[in-house]
Amino acid sequence: MSARDNILAKLRNAPRSAPVEPDVAAHFERFGPRWNEVEALRHWATMMRSVKTDIVWCTESDWPQRLAEQVKARPIRSLLLARQTPHGALAHTALEHNPLLQLKTFDRMVDDWKDELFNDTDAAFTVVRCGIAATGTLVLWPDADEPRTMSLVPPTHFALFDTRTLHADFHTAMTSEAWPNGMPTNALLVSGPSKTADIQLTLAYGAHGPRDLVVLAVLPPHLSADQLKDAA
Amino acid sequence: MQPNSAATPAAGRVRPTDVYFFGTCLLDLFLPEAGMDAITLLENLGLRVHFPQAQSCCGQPAYTSGHPNEARAVARAQLGLFPNDWPIVVPSGSCGGMMKHHWPRLFAGEPEQALAEALAARVVELSDFLLNVLDFHPQDRGLPTRVAVHTSCGARREMNVHVTSWALVDRLGNVERVVHDHESECCGFGGTFSVKHADIAGAMVTDKAASLQHSGALEFVTADAGCLLNINGKLAKDGERVFAGKHLATFLLERTGGKA
Amino acid sequence: MSEQQTITLYPSRQFKDNARAALKDGELRQSLRTAMDYLMAKRLSAFSDGDELETLRTLGETIRQRCLAKLPELLEKLEAQLTANGVQVHWAETTEQANEIIHGLIARRGGTLAVKGKSMVSEETELNHYLEARGVTAVESDMGEYIVQLAGEKPTHIIMPAIHKTKAHIAQLFHDKLPDTPYTEDVDSLIRIGRNALRDLYLKADVGLSGVNFAVAETGTLCLVENEGNGRMCTTVPDMHIAITGIEKVVEKLTDVVPLYSLLTRSAIGQPITTYFNMISSPRKPGEKDGPREVHLVLLDNGRSQAYADEQLRKTLQCIRCGACMNHCPVYTRIGGHAYGTTYPGPIGEIISPHMLGLENTKDLPTASSLCGACGEVCPVKIPIPEMLMRLREEEQRPAGEVVAHPLRGQGAAHTGKEALAWRTWRGLFGQPGAYKLFGWAATRLRGLTPPGQLGWTQNHVPLKPAAKTLHQLVRERDAARR
Repeated sequence: MSARDNILAKLRNAPRSAPVEPDVAAHFERFGPRWNEVEALRHWATMMRSVKTDIVWCTESDWPQRLAEQVKARPIRSLLLARQTPHGALAHTALEHNPLLQLKTFDRMVDDWKDELFNDTDAAFTVVRCGIAATGTLVLWPDADEPRTMSLVPPTHFALFDTRTLHADFHTAMTSEAWPNGMPTNALLVSGPSKTADIQLTLAYGAHGPRDLVVLAVLPPHLSADQLKDAA
Repeated sequence: MQPNSAATPAAGRVRPTDVYFFGTCLLDLFLPEAGMDAITLLENLGLRVHFPQAQSCCGQPAYTSGHPNEARAVARAQLGLFPNDWPIVVPSGSCGGMMKHHWPRLFAGEPEQALAEALAARVVELSDFLLNVLDFHPQDRGLPTRVAVHTSCGARREMNVHVTSWALVDRLGNVERVVHDHESECCGFGGTFSVKHADIAGAMVTDKAASLQHSGALEFVTADAGCLLNINGKLAKDGERVFAGKHLATFLLERTGGKA
Repeated sequence: MSEQQTITLYPSRQFKDNARAALKDGELRQSLRTAMDYLMAKRLSAFSDGDELETLRTLGETIRQRCLAKLPELLEKLEAQLTANGVQVHWAETTEQANEIIHGLIARRGGTLAVKGKSMVSEETELNHYLEARGVTAVESDMGEYIVQLAGEKPTHIIMPAIHKTKAHIAQLFHDKLPDTPYTEDVDSLIRIGRNALRDLYLKADVGLSGVNFAVAETGTLCLVENEGNGRMCTTVPDMHIAITGIEKVVEKLTDVVPLYSLLTRSAIGQPITTYFNMISSPRKPGEKDGPREVHLVLLDNGRSQAYADEQLRKTLQCIRCGACMNHCPVYTRIGGHAYGTTYPGPIGEIISPHMLGLENTKDLPTASSLCGACGEVCPVKIPIPEMLMRLREEEQRPAGEVVAHPLRGQGAAHTGKEALAWRTWRGLFGQPGAYKLFGWAATRLRGLTPPGQLGWTQNHVPLKPAAKTLHQLVRERDAARR
């Protein structure tokens, strides 16, 4: 018998009683947050900022300009973006006039330029699938245009977040978007830049992933950054 | 202060005229005065206290040491001692926890199962009984003092009665209750644990004794004989001559002038 | 169960000596106390609503019990779903088998360097040593694990592997072991040193190894929880990813992970969420430009099916490895993880290790608890740890020759004739009113003969001396006086 058969046989041989069916949805219905749009955004921003995320409130039209400002304000000499996507093209247009900045595209297999990705790429710009208010979280579903390493390897990650996709909690995000029907190669929740407290419980950022996470949070026309100003 | 939510039976919630007293083996052999103080306290409150002379031990020492057959034999000898439907008052959270929560398990599938369950439902820890059943408001006749309260883990986590000792002490007008460092932490008694793992248990009781001594209290009280013997035994070993603990029953009786 | 076992007796290991040595290490005691106090306070602040906490714990317990009740079916479903997604599934009954499988996969590619994300199961199999002996270097990449590996030690805590080390220790370690590294106690600098040392290795590694926090049968998804990003590195950058996990880690539905993840991060470190929650469902697909081309999952038994065989002991497998039981344990706080001599220390280690190593090798662990109940009180999936400890005490006390229907490795390992006789005597005295009365009479009369040495008790206490009169006697005298 194979190890598989042996293990399964041992498990099947054990006495088992009918389990109680948990009601996960009911729990989050009862304890899940009840916020209006502004409250949810404020909470999201407070949570993200509490773990050293930079949030830049933007509009539908000004985010490329704000991105350019944020890039310029940092010692960034090279930035990776997906020029072939609509938002990537807009970012490219906004950044291409910066003479100190080299723009890169993920146009090869990672295996062909790992060295450059690791050692000579300061930042990357990607889009966010949706957000989670309760925990201050961004959800990323990397794809062929914006591969997994983009949000991981460069020390600074700029993330474009359409705030209309903000969900109250993880459960709502997962169920309303029907994740159980099919998961991508990799799905990620990101809540801040990389960190560790492994040395004497002292918090330090930039352990292995990005040291800086900058979120360009695009507000819908009916909301202004002023309404969110006092989010800590 | 939260009301005690431990599932004490309806029979225990109504003020009875009579109670059984289960003295526990540790009080019986090592701290009998504390047992008498508890009985006196209950009698002073107008109750008739019945002490079955055939009682010995709840069986916990063997039960927690991996000898359930021995535990069952000893517990079985107690089952017939409480024929009337009176509360069984136990001046110890851990023995109370054994009777209330573990007797039904110990006798599961045994002929005595129903009896053990019925008795378990009538078991009530002394401080819980004084506070929640008798609504005891002690008239403090003592001089001003400061005390720390150590609650046994059995009382805290099995019987959910750690708040009751506090509440009783807080009802004493001249007593300031001080909180000690790591108050919820175990004192390291654990029955045979303190013998089998004397090094670890010693480190635990050393820390507990120190935090009680440094709490600013002049003495400490506890409603559990195991913890009391453990901490006082440690203090005495270290030559401490002033600071010591006493059973909650003794303390309450002293404060209310019921003890010379 | 048809299988039966006749108890035989075994020798034991060195827990008590280790504990004694740890207790004398003042620096270790201080580090542990500070760290555990911090973690307890953090947990408490993460569960500000007691009602929500209790409801969530019950939900977590129910989910884990439901998953365990369907375990064989869920494992098959997980395997089918992962296979359909392109992930290859392997099964190992023993640590040796798991190591063989992993080494075989690495050797097939001619790999010599593996980077590892945090995996307690790989500690269980001692994978690093196995690979090292066969020419494969496995480098731990979690900061704490990296520090511990550099020091030639094992983790002392399942969440905080280097919790026993001060920054001065680590500064010296980096200075001694890493080329051109100046001595610095600045934590940011130390982390930067670690980051730079490891980034080069992610780039060069042939294989990434990782553990798994939850394996979702419904979608064939491996979920990894982390803050540092090293787990993402190990599972994304090298061309092959091998994950290893215990068979109990499977959950039925994707939505099951939501409450379990929340319980895990809040119980472990008091964080509402970790920086990364990494959900991997397949290798690199056609058209995708990164991610490993091969993903493997190794499912390890190593004694888990023994715990599973008994419905009470099965609750041990509900564990989601948060470490809260350690953080709240007065014993762990005083001796740290190394003293246990097992992969999993603290209360969960005391109840899982006997299934992995046999009670003959772990006989002092089930008794290394005052049964204070702090572990059970904070367990996010409500494992009744004290109840498990008592059950294991019973199992290890069984006499030689007893035939039991629930075989456990090393049953009877703690049995001694002396202790059995003591309990039989106790039963004889306490189980019969007449004998007990006589015993009380004798004890009080002979109290002057109290021995000055009473086993371990007098190591820390003055001798226990019976009172002059028992409570029984005092009551009788009072009753007589009233008549």
